[in-house]
Amino acid sequence: MTLDALALYAAALSLLIGSGFVLVGVIGLLKFNDPMTRLHAPTKVGTVGIGMMLLGSILFASASGQTSIHELLIMAFLFVTAPVSAHFIAKVTIHRGTCETPPAPPKDDTWSTLNSPDDQTAD
Amino acid sequence: MSPDEFLSIAVIIAMITLATGQVLSMIRFVIGPTSSDRILALDTMVINAIGLVIVLGIHQGVKVYFEVALLIAMLGFVSTVALARFILRGDIIE
Repeated sequence: MTLDALALYAAALSLLIGSGFVLVGVIGLLKFNDPMTRLHAPTKVGTVGIGMMLLGSILFASASGQTSIHELLIMAFLFVTAPVSAHFIAKVTIHRGTCETPPAPPKDDTWSTLNSPDDQTAD
Repeated sequence: MSPDEFLSIAVIIAMITLATGQVLSMIRFVIGPTSSDRILALDTMVINAIGLVIVLGIHQGVKVYFEVALLIAMLGFVSTVALARFILRGDIIE
């Protein structure tokens, strides 16, 4: 078995693993019954699912003789931005009050999402 | 099974899975019930679209789809943050 054939097998295998993770994440997005719980499921889609598909794309390109690792750019970008957007969505959930109120912060602080400075000056 | 056959079957399975993912996220987008769920569903749909574009690139053996996927990833992140900020602050750029 040549190296190219091995790379094609690996590409197909990583595509299958990636689609498995995509399916799990999306089913979780649909089935979970609390906004904060639902937030946790699609992170699998964004990291492992798409990461494996990009890995498959890299392996396929190297098997067809034009090796390139451009796809690592997309992977790095997704890995960096996924926590940021998840953080924003969690803040929206807290702001809208559609989840349990988070526990009180340490010391005399307040949650900036729940108690905005505007509210405190208005009091 | 030859490697080419195995890869084409895997590409078809990945495409079917991603399309199913789009439909299921669309259902979550429609039924909500909160606005954060809708933002999350849109974010997942963008990520599934990146996956579809990549798998289409493997299927056709063309390299140009890399730029498309990168652009969708960047626009998807910006639109998610803009939507969340609009709900949080009532404004996107203050």
